[in-house]
Amino acid sequence: MSRFKDAGHLFRFAGLFVLAFVVFLVVRHFVVPKSFGEYGHYRGAAMGEIAAHPAKFAGHEACEACHSDVADKKVKGKHAHVNCEACHGALVMRLPAPAAPKPSLYGRLVALVTRPMPPDPPILRHADDPASVIPVLPDTAVLCARCHTASAAKPKDFPQVVPADHSNGVACQTCHDPHNPAIDAGGAK
Amino acid sequence: MKINRRQMLILMPAAAIAWKAVLAGTPEQASNYTMSDHWWGMLIDIPKCIGCGNCVRACATENDVPDGFFRTWVERYHVSDEDMAKPEVISPDGGKEGFPVAEEDNKKYFFVPKMCNHCADSPCTQVCPVGATFIAPDGAVLVDQKYCLGCAYCVQACPYGCRYIHPQKEVADKCTLCYHRITKGLTTACCEACPTGARQLVDLKNPNDPIHEFLKTHSVQVLKPQMATGAKAFYNGLDGSVR
Repeated sequence: MSRFKDAGHLFRFAGLFVLAFVVFLVVRHFVVPKSFGEYGHYRGAAMGEIAAHPAKFAGHEACEACHSDVADKKVKGKHAHVNCEACHGALVMRLPAPAAPKPSLYGRLVALVTRPMPPDPPILRHADDPASVIPVLPDTAVLCARCHTASAAKPKDFPQVVPADHSNGVACQTCHDPHNPAIDAGGAK
Repeated sequence: MKINRRQMLILMPAAAIAWKAVLAGTPEQASNYTMSDHWWGMLIDIPKCIGCGNCVRACATENDVPDGFFRTWVERYHVSDEDMAKPEVISPDGGKEGFPVAEEDNKKYFFVPKMCNHCADSPCTQVCPVGATFIAPDGAVLVDQKYCLGCAYCVQACPYGCRYIHPQKEVADKCTLCYHRITKGLTTACCEACPTGARQLVDLKNPNDPIHEFLKTHSVQVLKPQMATGAKAFYNGLDGSVR
């Protein structure tokens, strides 16, 4: 044992290492988010946060629940597979953001290690409140032309026109019903 | 109140347990959605694309994509017979408002919608130094924007140019495959708005998904297959000149 008689300083040094390791474990416990590593090298809770965003496009099923007359007309025509919101857009209205609540102690702790992201701006959809969110009739001169203006890049069998030659400025819906556009299919106005 | 050493030794573990419970929180998850039941991808049918830009506008609306940045965009290719390796590609404002009518020669023209390929072996997730971007168990490549530092390694690493640094949030942003929609049983905003069905959300783990029959019977490619990214944006009728 005589060769270890002056080993006290080594034990003190080892003690410092152990102490540093304990401090590391304690700090790590507080700065690593709870769900980190739940599924892999990332915060598992992030998926739930991303999934919690509100959807703006309601989906054609939501439209058809009320507008069954249009759906019945549309299904007979060449626009049967064009979803409502492809032309009408997502009928959403932005609401004023509510005052941010005072962050909780936990919220402030989380903000130390994660970047606080602004919450989603609140929205109201026509599908949720038809009376408040009023749809705007799309401008057919822009809307129809976007798809049906002739271009060599479009599929050959896709109906295409040169708008100036085809209608000479007359609005598309004068002759065509956008929900069933073929004139010879009884879709004419 | 005076606490002696004995009381302190009893109180401290109790406080530690209580503190742990405070920190735990509860992660929100969409109900009725099991991540392990899905393996999401996208089918892009080039012969059906008419370059209307509906997908680009729908994506911008749905996801509040800032002007000048794109989670999805449409390119118009112009390929001459002599030099297939040098296609002329335009994408004015990402094709958001369609494409200008211009003089066209008799060479080959076609549209190619681009978006995140939601790679199964994605280079972007491999370079993240903090674990802020990851492949979810259902195959969507996502960004944890609360954890992202904004270092932009992933923006450089993506071989398809699908990521950008959000100008206001100053973190990486990209297509989430409308994760907030597909986990609720809806399709993506771009698929919802596509008038010709040129884009279709596919679930490779769903045995009844028509994608399996489609992949079997069509010439389907992914972009940059030589990079072995395991891309899950399947392109039907992809021209060899597309990069």
